[in-house]
Amino acid sequence: MITAVVSYKRHKNLWVRFVQPVVVIALCVIAVGIPLWLALITSAKSQGEANLPDLSLPTSWHIVDNYVQAFTDGEVWRGLLGSLLVMVPSVIGVILFGSLAAWILARRSSRWASVLYAAAISGLILPPAVVTIVLLLRQLGLASSPAGMIFVYMGMYMSIVIFFITGFVRTIPIELEEAARIDGAKPLKIFFTIILPLLRPVIATATILVCLYIWNDVFYSFFVLGGGSTTTLQLNLFQIASSNLYQNNWNLIFAYVVISSLPLLIVFIFAQRRIISGITGGAVK
Amino acid sequence: MAYPIVETPRQLQRNRLRTSRRRQTTTHPAWFLLPAFAVLGVFFFLPTIFNFIYAFTDWSAFKNEINFIGFDNFSSLLSDGSLFSALRVTLIYAALVGILQNLFGLGLAVLFERDTRINRFARVIFFIPVLMSALAVGYIFQALLKPSGAVNGILEFFTGQHVDIAWLGDTTWTLLVVAFVNSWKWMGLAMIIFLAGLKTVPEDVLEAAKMDGAGPWKTFFRVKFPLLAPAVTFNFATALLGSLNGFDTVQATTGGGPAQTTEVLNIYIFQIFGYGLYAQATTMSLVLFFLVLVLAFPVVGYLRRRENVL
Repeated sequence: MITAVVSYKRHKNLWVRFVQPVVVIALCVIAVGIPLWLALITSAKSQGEANLPDLSLPTSWHIVDNYVQAFTDGEVWRGLLGSLLVMVPSVIGVILFGSLAAWILARRSSRWASVLYAAAISGLILPPAVVTIVLLLRQLGLASSPAGMIFVYMGMYMSIVIFFITGFVRTIPIELEEAARIDGAKPLKIFFTIILPLLRPVIATATILVCLYIWNDVFYSFFVLGGGSTTTLQLNLFQIASSNLYQNNWNLIFAYVVISSLPLLIVFIFAQRRIISGITGGAVK
Repeated sequence: MAYPIVETPRQLQRNRLRTSRRRQTTTHPAWFLLPAFAVLGVFFFLPTIFNFIYAFTDWSAFKNEINFIGFDNFSSLLSDGSLFSALRVTLIYAALVGILQNLFGLGLAVLFERDTRINRFARVIFFIPVLMSALAVGYIFQALLKPSGAVNGILEFFTGQHVDIAWLGDTTWTLLVVAFVNSWKWMGLAMIIFLAGLKTVPEDVLEAAKMDGAGPWKTFFRVKFPLLAPAVTFNFATALLGSLNGFDTVQATTGGGPAQTTEVLNIYIFQIFGYGLYAQATTMSLVLFFLVLVLAFPVVGYLRRRENVL
């Protein structure tokens, strides 16, 4: 009996001290390292060598050429500007309007409020009607414009913002508002001076998620911005890769993959703990 | 006339509720809802309503006017088989992603559960694909999975034989491969949600299981896994909804091929929209709407009930 326990413990020690770390590192290298390595190393190869992408080192390095070409032919600056131009106003708008509405929805107890709340969060599940959005934007004169894209993103992600923030507002004691109200503060002032600052953690979560979706979106931006002068990094990548059919430019594609992934990865490195705890905070309650 | 001087508790409560509701209209004014609902109404609900109208028209790039044509779009999509084929592919794809993503995420979470330095590092590494675009991930795997690509190269190295599996060119298995790629991209998210779920398992419950002589396997399947129900609900629901509405990964790996065997609804919508057949694209978009409606609510409801039982 005692020896059984001892051998179980020794067994467990062996697993914890040696086997598990080795398995973890091997998994990191194989499951994530190899795909990322392929992208990085192919982006440093000549066009001919990148034609058949593999994991080997390049015989001659073409890092500068490829990335310069990606910047010029792939219009990185224009794409980056476009991505920011649609993402920043969408996020600010959706967070501001969403938290304003969420405060009311959380504090009102009438049947109307609960019906409106259900309608507001239905977008969590329902897919956006992407084809008729194009028609609507044409009718409104917003087709292919950044403004149209911004409103479409706001409409798509309003639900997730209202869902997260309403849940959070319900945990804030109403006495905090009432104290200010007795001092004569108007609703708008109470919202901006008391509620909004308290919402900071949940706003961080919602911002991260919405940024992640908008930055990496290509489907909706293709429909909305297609044919216009505004473009995004992901649309540019899609364009470059679509021309791959007749000119085989894996080196350029992967240079572009690296460039378009870097901004979020850099943000992640600095705000890693925040981001992970932010996302999990909203999901499991 | 008997007039109740003292209110019954019930009346008291009702009155209090009424005054508090009346107060709510001044303290939490309804117009604060206006900006959010205006955006939602015009840019989310209105296009959805349009779906129900334009699916029954001949709206296309080739005509100036739009006429009602009844159910012609539906019957043409039915008769050329594209409706059922796209529905079938979408359903299988969504189910595969839902299963694979959860399995991968759960496996990683269990492996990286203890807070050691290596585990923390591994969690960060596995979160990188979540931050990359599905398009970028798709292109990486398109290159990796070519018949002459790196995956076959590695297999050749280990088996010592010539390997040229067409991972993305098989009419049966490629859908599974694409679901795998999509699950690879999102498994880091499932992982951290399972990790957060594992953290909520109370210490005393684990202690009790240990006292009763449960080994690590038994502890996991009998104690931890049932307590992960909310995390399973969240992960499965997001994976299912995300992949019913999926486009990027499929487009970047196969573009719907080979022989349309990976053509999910959104790929189909994207392609016929490109041909200028807007009304047919709208019809498919309406089909997607109903598919999600029919599927998502029961699935989420079922998972929620399971949570309550446990």
